[in-house]
Amino acid sequence: MFRTLCWLAVTAAATPAFADDVTTFTLANGLQTVVIEDHRAPVVVQMVWYRAGAADERRGVSGVAHFLEHLMFKGTDAVPSGEFSKIVEANGGSDNAFTSWDYTAYFQRVAADRLELVMKMEADRMRHLKLTADDWQTEREVIVEERNQRTDSDPGAIFGEQKQAAQFLNHPYGTPVIGWRHEMEALTREDALEWYRTYYAPNDAVLVVAGDVDPAEVRRLAETWYGPLDPTPGIGPRARPQEPPQLAERRLSLADPRVSQPFVSRSYLAPERDPGDQKTAAALTILADLLGGSSQTSLLASRLQFGTRQAIYTNASYDGTSYDDTTFSVAVAPAEGVSLAEAEAAMDGVIDAFLKNGVDADQFQRVKTRIKAAMIYAEDDVHGLARRYGEALTTGLTVEDVDAWPDVLASVTEEDVMAAARLVFDRRHAVTGWLTREGPEEVMQ
Amino acid sequence: MIRFVFAALAAALAALPARAVEIQEVTSPGGIHAWLVEEHSIPFTALEVRFEGGTSLDAPGKRGATLLMMALLEEGSGPLDSQGFAAARESLAASFEFDAYDDAATVSARMLTENRDEAAALLKQALTDPHFDADAIDRVKGQVASIIGSNDKDPGEIATRAFDGLAFGAHPYGSSRFGTLDSLAALTREDLVAAKAAVLARDRLYVAAVGDITAEELGKMLDDLFGGLPETGAPMPPRAEMGLSGGVTIVDYASPQSVVMFGQAGIRRDDPDFYAAYVLNHILGGGGFAARLMDEVREKRGLTYGISTWLAPMDLAETWQGSFSSANEKVAEAVRVVRDVWTKVAAEGVAEAELDAAKTYLTGSYPLRFDGNGPIANILVGMQSEGLPVSYVNDRNSFIEAVTLDDVKRVAKRLMDADALRFVVVGQPAGLMATD
Repeated sequence: MFRTLCWLAVTAAATPAFADDVTTFTLANGLQTVVIEDHRAPVVVQMVWYRAGAADERRGVSGVAHFLEHLMFKGTDAVPSGEFSKIVEANGGSDNAFTSWDYTAYFQRVAADRLELVMKMEADRMRHLKLTADDWQTEREVIVEERNQRTDSDPGAIFGEQKQAAQFLNHPYGTPVIGWRHEMEALTREDALEWYRTYYAPNDAVLVVAGDVDPAEVRRLAETWYGPLDPTPGIGPRARPQEPPQLAERRLSLADPRVSQPFVSRSYLAPERDPGDQKTAAALTILADLLGGSSQTSLLASRLQFGTRQAIYTNASYDGTSYDDTTFSVAVAPAEGVSLAEAEAAMDGVIDAFLKNGVDADQFQRVKTRIKAAMIYAEDDVHGLARRYGEALTTGLTVEDVDAWPDVLASVTEEDVMAAARLVFDRRHAVTGWLTREGPEEVMQ
Repeated sequence: MIRFVFAALAAALAALPARAVEIQEVTSPGGIHAWLVEEHSIPFTALEVRFEGGTSLDAPGKRGATLLMMALLEEGSGPLDSQGFAAARESLAASFEFDAYDDAATVSARMLTENRDEAAALLKQALTDPHFDADAIDRVKGQVASIIGSNDKDPGEIATRAFDGLAFGAHPYGSSRFGTLDSLAALTREDLVAAKAAVLARDRLYVAAVGDITAEELGKMLDDLFGGLPETGAPMPPRAEMGLSGGVTIVDYASPQSVVMFGQAGIRRDDPDFYAAYVLNHILGGGGFAARLMDEVREKRGLTYGISTWLAPMDLAETWQGSFSSANEKVAEAVRVVRDVWTKVAAEGVAEAELDAAKTYLTGSYPLRFDGNGPIANILVGMQSEGLPVSYVNDRNSFIEAVTLDDVKRVAKRLMDADALRFVVVGQPAGLMATD
């Protein structure tokens, strides 16, 4: 029932296809645009997604993608420093931005008749950012405070960061998005501007406009404001360092006096959704749902929370929307009196039994029903839909892939799930971590 | 650069909710009231239910009972055990969420049109015939205990708890809705049955439905869902005496950063100056990057990642609170800046441009909240519990528009008192002294 531990991520739900409500076009300068119509409320969200995230950073400047995200709220010649958000707010809107390994995105939610204003401002800062000495130095202190707050004050977050670093031997997904502290503290204005000049261009961006809008009008506005921006020549395909064969299981443990609830968590390297080839990712999505999607009826919950009662929480998660190989994770928080070693053995027992016994037909049916219904519920959240298109298009997928995803999920068979499970549950590709209270209570073997 | 649009925009936006939202007041054949917005374009209905009183109705010595009771509603009822109930709900692709807060116990439901009757029957079973099995009680108590344990080590939770304790003492507002490990352990099945009888009654029920359902269908559903509940519950708890004084409280906590919760007395929701205070709070720290405190503490000095303030006009007491986190070596300066801003605004009020910008934001953003069945149902149930009429969605922006610079100045002088601000600092702050 309670779902409050930070690692209890929701498994990826289906993406609905609304061919009727979605229009796409690309401007001459390469700006790909997606328009999603929802006329129930006079609201629009504009998002600009750049195909550049922390995994595209060069080594030694970790956090620069996110640092620039903050600095994008400083000024241009047309909009004075610090005014961007104030102007959006003064028009009744709200705005923000977020950075991931694969993308950096900016959005504004405004009344539908304010779309042109935010388009004008977003287009302006795509090419015309100005940074004063004051701006970037103060903002560097802000991102260090952000790291303090999000990561260093939270043992679960530190643990996740260490685990992610151990998961990827060579790929930059092992470096935290916010950056390693010592590298963040050394970031400069020039680092940020180099990043900006390299990646912030219409031919490296995706514009998503969703809400009470007419696609023809959106196109006219996009031509007017984004159309004149020059593309940057030579932005090639993204080529990040790839993983070598992972041959040895990794294990780590972190003890911290701030931990109250210990848990064991394991991630396995897993394939992501590929353009035109989403079948394995769909099977893994359903596998995560079967193992941990329901806090009552999933396999982990059913066996360990209700059956043996060794666990107080269980979870399985997988998000296939990623440019390069991603992870499939399982986790167990032991009940009082159960050791992490016992919890881990119990977790492995559930996985082993699943590989041996296969999929329960009733449970498979319920998961399929839920995924189908998720498409109906998703229609109620146009902001979420916009996010799905933006995320997909900046992780190597196409609009066709997004539209096909529900059908791919629906076509997954029990055999597909078992094949995906046999593929992913390979301990040589896995990192197992224990987060424990401080003290000699338990040592990882 | 775009300030010219302010006046025209405010007028244009003020009328928007009416266009988007037509609220019907529905009374079921059995006499149960609800608000409804019909929205037939997506085949599901969002239902939001509030039982006023919430965890404040915990009986003395039974802290945590209401929350545990609400958590157990989905853990077995009628002919189904916990997993059987979940499997039935999943087969219908319905979602039910049960929770409990200071002022209300809440139920949020999403039901597909194609099987709405079955889903409603299942929800009714949870509300009217829960088992409270010993088995389920033990299991859920274990989960709640884990949350209490985590909260006890979380700096933000520690700060909130300490602040609430200073402000409200022994009143339920002064402690965690989860209870303590001891109070939780002592709860019995009889306590849960009593908590249900105290909280889940029709005399404190508010309901809003938005989606693919007609007034007639909703009326029938209301009687099905709630007709079996008792007519009256426990008397509402007394108002909470506010015991907060100005000063600094430090809770030692080993971390690179201090978490700060600060605040003073607030203002009642029905006070004639409420809207002026609401606008003032927005200018001071009500979210967004334009706020005074965000500007002074983050943008100008880089002392925090974020700072915000909020008015908390609860049913039984009112506070004006804020929070932020700062590195241990910076937090003393941040506290000083907050006090300075508080003092300055109390003495001088705010600038005309700030007021205009705040009003434009608050009036312009209001219709943007009505952007989905779930969010609309939530707004409508909140309005009912605050005693607001249906017409409020159309009138609310005019209340904001009517606030003048003098109103803000008057309410700033009346309410804001930097000497009355209590800062609860959880961390190892450098150069900051506790005053008590």
